[in-house]
Amino acid sequence: MPEATPPSEPPIIVVTDLHKWFGAQHVLRGVSLEVARGETVVVCGPSGSGKSTFIRCLNHLEEHDRGTIMVDGITLDRDVRHLQAVRREVGMVFQQFNLFPHLTVLENLTLAPVRVRKTKPVAAERQALALLDRVQLADHAAKYPAQLSGGQQQRVAIARSLCMLPKIMLFDEPTSALDPEMIQEVLDVMTELAREGLTMVVVTHEMGFARAVAHRVAFMDQGELVEVAPPAQFFGAPQSERAREFLGHLLRADGGGRGGA
Amino acid sequence: MSVADAGALAPARRAPFRSPADAALSAAIAGALAWLAWKVVRWAVLDATWSGDGIEACHARGGACWAFVRDKARLILFGTYPYEEQWRAALATALVIALFAATSVPRLRRPALAWAWLASAGVVVALMRGRGAGLAYVDTSRWGGLPLTLVLATVGLALAFPLGVALALARTSGLFVPRLLATTYVELVRGVPLVTVLFMASVMFPLFLPSGWNLDKLLRAQAGIVLFAAAYLAEVVRGGLQTVARGQLEAAAALGLGYLGTMRFVVLPQALGAVVPPLVNTAIGLFKDTSLVVVIGLLDLTNAAKLAMSDPRWLGAVVEGYVFIGTIYFLFCFTLSKLSRSLERSRAHA
Ligand SMILES: Nc1ncnc2c1ncn2[C@@H]1O[C@H](COP(=O)(O)OP(=O)(O)O)[C@@H](O)[C@H]1O
Ligand SMILES: [Mg+2]
Repeated sequence: MPEATPPSEPPIIVVTDLHKWFGAQHVLRGVSLEVARGETVVVCGPSGSGKSTFIRCLNHLEEHDRGTIMVDGITLDRDVRHLQAVRREVGMVFQQFNLFPHLTVLENLTLAPVRVRKTKPVAAERQALALLDRVQLADHAAKYPAQLSGGQQQRVAIARSLCMLPKIMLFDEPTSALDPEMIQEVLDVMTELAREGLTMVVVTHEMGFARAVAHRVAFMDQGELVEVAPPAQFFGAPQSERAREFLGHLLRADGGGRGGA
Repeated sequence: MSVADAGALAPARRAPFRSPADAALSAAIAGALAWLAWKVVRWAVLDATWSGDGIEACHARGGACWAFVRDKARLILFGTYPYEEQWRAALATALVIALFAATSVPRLRRPALAWAWLASAGVVVALMRGRGAGLAYVDTSRWGGLPLTLVLATVGLALAFPLGVALALARTSGLFVPRLLATTYVELVRGVPLVTVLFMASVMFPLFLPSGWNLDKLLRAQAGIVLFAAAYLAEVVRGGLQTVARGQLEAAAALGLGYLGTMRFVVLPQALGAVVPPLVNTAIGLFKDTSLVVVIGLLDLTNAAKLAMSDPRWLGAVVEGYVFIGTIYFLFCFTLSKLSRSLERSRAHA
């Protein structure tokens, strides 16, 4: 496992006392987390605990109500320029892939570089093909998303985000909508990215992935980060009652976690 | 899509003679159709009169009086456009028809064609209006017949479409004032018949203009049609916008696309693609509704035909007149609906 950046360098994500309400419902209740450059943090917790809301706040798909979020030195506030700057650095992969169905795989990848980064189309295509090659989909560049399997679509979605050369990648349950036999191919790509030192925040229940790849596991329950610890400690000796309960459920449901540990 | 089609239509595509009841029904329908076809052929061809200079010439044979159409074709097609200059109107019409034809070929649908449309708009106006280039000036009040119908419908759609898209975007935006304005506009215009809009355009526009200015009648009618059609198109487009999944907006936002980029490259292509049939439906409706410009005294195809029928020499040649213009309307509307099908096919990947 690669070492996260030594603590001397400032963390790339700093979240302090984050609060979020949906109407009267208090969904995030004072979440604080720092993520070091090059670190992979897995966020897990029961359904409805606020994991998606939390990582969607990190690129401002959800607006937070209180607290501060700083990404690579930029504070996320009402300033549109800050928002744009953050979105340029943060890529996101969704549970439902959200590929653009009217565009080919290649066009999905080149749209944002050409329109947002103003990359020359030829250069954007070259880069897109290289990334497709990395996720082993170079042969599928001319296809439309609907012609691909779920696992292939999710790998395209990852490549699409990487085309923007993000410093940070957010994953919201990237394998939850996949058939079991396709999960590993997506996890493999993510593992490789983590090993290369990309900063990643991953919401997932794939505990095998968490054990093998994460530097830290953050356990969320009812809008709070109950426990944040390296995987060995989190899985070996969870401190909180709620984490123990959650892991117990997960192990029973899953027969010990998928993937190697 | 072909699989789904076959599934939905499977019962209708069974062999027609499977059971005695089927056979009897099929035979009865075939018989009725044959009888009808025979009646039509007798009226339109066998008993028809092809030449003559008055309705009396046709009375003897009892069939269709095509002599009327022959005699009045130029009045119906070009209205009161000066007789000696009608070649200009014919040329303009041919140009528009050629462009329609080109547009219905998928291979030719590329940006250059849009420019060709734009350039032709200028050519059509120059031809029809004249003045300069050695062409005599023809006031727009004398434009009429098919070219007038084509101009009103084509320009109407070309301008109403972007306006409709803008209205739909405003109506679905999170911004209160644009939403309120767009909603009010659409509901007001939709609640009023086109005749009323045209009438108001004709009477009310001049009130807003500085005194001494006079917006010509054709422009007023055109503006009325654009404003009217935009409201209907806006609702069709809004329906399309609702089919686009929320996740598409989130993915676009996460990639850093702003509002305009998201709409232009992600949302609108999907939204418009989803509503091609109702869009074309609205276009066809508009094409036919242009005949309502008669209320402000313009002589489009329908009204030129009515004028021709009112000639005392040809009193009674009503069916022939309507069959003639009906065929013309049909050819255009049918082309439009073919265009719709080909657009649907060309985006039906996977
Ligand atoms: N857009 C929304 N509007 C209202 N409530 C929401 C919305 N999104 C999430 N919630 C609520 O917030 C809570 C946390 O949701 P979420 O962050 O999706 O949890 P998780 O991803 O951990 O399952 C849930 O109770 C959910 O119902
Ligand atoms: Mg979630």
